[in-house]
Parts: sequence; C-alpha cells; structure tokens
Amino acid sequence: MSALLAVARRDLLLAMRRKAEVLTALFFFVIVTSLFPLGIGPEPALLRKIAPGVLWVGALLATMLGLQRMFAADHADGTLEQMALSPAPLALLVGGKNLAHWLVSGLPLVVLAPLLGLQFDLDAGSMGVLALGLLLGTPVLSLVGSIGAALTLGVRGGGVLLSLLVLPLYIPTLIFGAGAVQAHSSGQGAGGHLSLLAALLALALFFAPWATTAALRIALE
Amino acid sequence: MLSAQGLTCVRGDRPLFAGVDLAVGPGEWLHVRGANGSGKTSLLRLLAGLSQPEAGQVKWDGEPISRIVQDYHRALLFLGHHAAVKEELTGAENLQLSAQLDGGEIDRAEVDHALGRFGLKGREDLPVRVLSAGQKRRVLLARLMTRKAKLWVLDEPFTALDTRAVEMLGNLAREHLAQGGMAVITSHQAVPIEGGKVLELSSSSNPLKPGEGRIQ
Repeated sequence: MSALLAVARRDLLLAMRRKAEVLTALFFFVIVTSLFPLGIGPEPALLRKIAPGVLWVGALLATMLGLQRMFAADHADGTLEQMALSPAPLALLVGGKNLAHWLVSGLPLVVLAPLLGLQFDLDAGSMGVLALGLLLGTPVLSLVGSIGAALTLGVRGGGVLLSLLVLPLYIPTLIFGAGAVQAHSSGQGAGGHLSLLAALLALALFFAPWATTAALRIALE
Repeated sequence: MLSAQGLTCVRGDRPLFAGVDLAVGPGEWLHVRGANGSGKTSLLRLLAGLSQPEAGQVKWDGEPISRIVQDYHRALLFLGHHAAVKEELTGAENLQLSAQLDGGEIDRAEVDHALGRFGLKGREDLPVRVLSAGQKRRVLLARLMTRKAKLWVLDEPFTALDTRAVEMLGNLAREHLAQGGMAVITSHQAVPIEGGKVLELSSSSNPLKPGEGRIQ
C-alpha cells in the first residue's frame, strides 16, 4: 500500500513540475464546453437539455488528452522497467499511477463542472447530480483509459489508436453519467443511474489494474 | 545464488544465443562479453525476468524466478541502458522516491552520503535535467548504495563515467562482493574488479550451437 502512495506522490510531484500539461487538458474542457452555449445562442430550454451530454463528452475528451502520457514518459526513461522489477506488485504501482492521473485530470473536472453548468442554466439539483456522476465516473475513465494507454505503449501513432480503443469503452459511463442528470431533471430521480455508475467503478477498480499490468508486461518484453 | 541452464534467446526468427549456462555464487561476479548485437542486454533482461527465455530456466537459490518473483525482486537490482531517473526531480528526490517504490524508506542523510560518494555533493537538490550525462548516470548508480540488494545486474555501468567514477564504482563493487554480494556486469571496457568469471557471447552472425557459451 505504501508503494501505491509513493507512486501517486511521485506522479503528483511530476505533474506539479510540468504544470502546462495538466492545465492544457483543463482549459480544453472549459473552452469546449463554453463553445456550445456561444454557438447555440440564448435558448435556455435547449441548453438545459444538451448540458449533461456536452459536459460529459467534454470530460471524456479532456481525459483522453493526458492518457497517452500516463506510461509513455516512464517507458521512455526506463523507470517503468524499474517499477516492473520492484518488490511491490506491479498492479499496486499501476493503481498508484491511476490515482495520480485521476487527482490531476479527473478531480478538477468534477470541481469545474457545476461552474460550467451555469452557462447551460442548470438548476442546483441537476448540478449536484452532474458533479456526483462525474465523481463516480471520472475514476472509471482513468482506470479504463490506463488499459488503452498500456496497450498502445511504444506504438507509433499510438494517440489515434488509443482514442479508437478507449472511446468505445467509455460509452457506458457516458450513457449513465449524462442519463443521471436527465433522469433527475425529468423527475425520475438519478438513483438508478448513479448506482450503475458506482457499479462500473467497482468493476473497473477490480479488473483494470490487472489488465493494465498484463499489457505493460507485454510492452516491456 | 543465481544460476541458469540452457538459456536460449530468439529475436524474430534469428537465434541470438542458445544453451547458455551460468552460475554466480556469493562473492562472485560474472563479466558478460561479446560484440554489439551478440545478446548481452537480452541475456541480462532474461536474468532479471523482464523477458522470458525461449528455452531454459533462470533460478535463484535453486527456485525458478517465476515462482518466487517478489523474493527475487527484493534481492535484485537491475540497472539497464536507460537513465531510469526523472529529469524534473532532484537527485535526492529520485533516490528517495525509488526507495519508496521498492517498499523501503531512506532518510536524507543516507541519500546525501550516497550522492556525496558519487561526487555529487552540493548538487543533491538540483533537478537532474541540468546535470551532465555522466552525472545523471552517477545519480542512478547511487542507488547501488541506497538499495541493499544481494544481486546486481548492471548493463554497461561504466558508460559516460570518468576515470574517477569508474574507480569509485569498482571500489563499491569490491565492497559488495566482499559482503557476499553477487554481480553480473556487461562491459566493453576492462572492469576494475579482480577475479570474476567471463562469459563470452559470440556474435549474431555466428550463433552459438547448443552447449557453447559456457563460462570459461
């Protein structure tokens, strides 16, 4: 467990020293989601309707931006090799990297989303459901994304391949995440959707580090 | 002790080496030699368990390493071609964080001592990015002191080092061997450590027949 926290701490420290990469993804999220209200114009009913979808798609794409770098630098400078040779299980270290990735690229989206929801005239309840959905959903994006990042490690043009590989796997999260807000505003209650998101998270927490580890071992051979 | 029987490595459909046997006991070291492309690095990666041999087995204390992965990794320190240090972090941070990744904890005094011994006194808190190639290498090699490993597997450790650092590394290796440590080292240069077995890998244009490539 201490090894997991050590990796997370190391990656957070590295993210602090390379702020530009982190901020790029955040600004991307802010700008993309702001373009929609500007393009569509002042039609509150329509904006309210499309808000969950736009914010969630923005979050998916912003997460994708940093995914490729999750293991690439470690692979290039040989520290990934050292991790594979560490006495601590590689799956734990991968978990630590996922945790750091989420803290850097997922958590800020959760915090920013309600603020951006204002542009879409979302009411307070919907914004709460949106943030809660993102809180459950963004870790799934990091975990599932890390499988794709590990599989495309060292592949030329891996970025495009990574999107093709990972975006389809993000569909369930997108459907239930955006669906939660719509269900809430239509009066059905978001409980069911959020439970399903939580189930996805539990599933990803259990299987993703294991799959990522297997993919990394192949990349290191 | 480390031993291997009948190691065979195939790259693509070309055999790099076949039937390599070796054994390294406490206090012994093995010098792996051979031309470029003869499979020295591949052999070291097999020994570290980073890749799997086509045939043969690597054993640690008589057990196949795949069965005792964690025990083996605790005893092993593998330093490859790569810098394996983070450019954005300082030398001290690099050493401390890699120790934590290995599940240990080292205090600052120990880090300063290790870096100081490798001639990096006063540069502990500089980002590795601003150090020279040789100094980066020294930061990596300082791990030999902060990580207490029984078996060193070093791939070309003398690359980019000046004569004083080579001598220093030689002294460190001698201390390590005197304490019952083991080492497998590839190097084109003469290694300033006495004794040692030599394993000669023949070049890839002339692949070894099974049974060749034994310790001389």
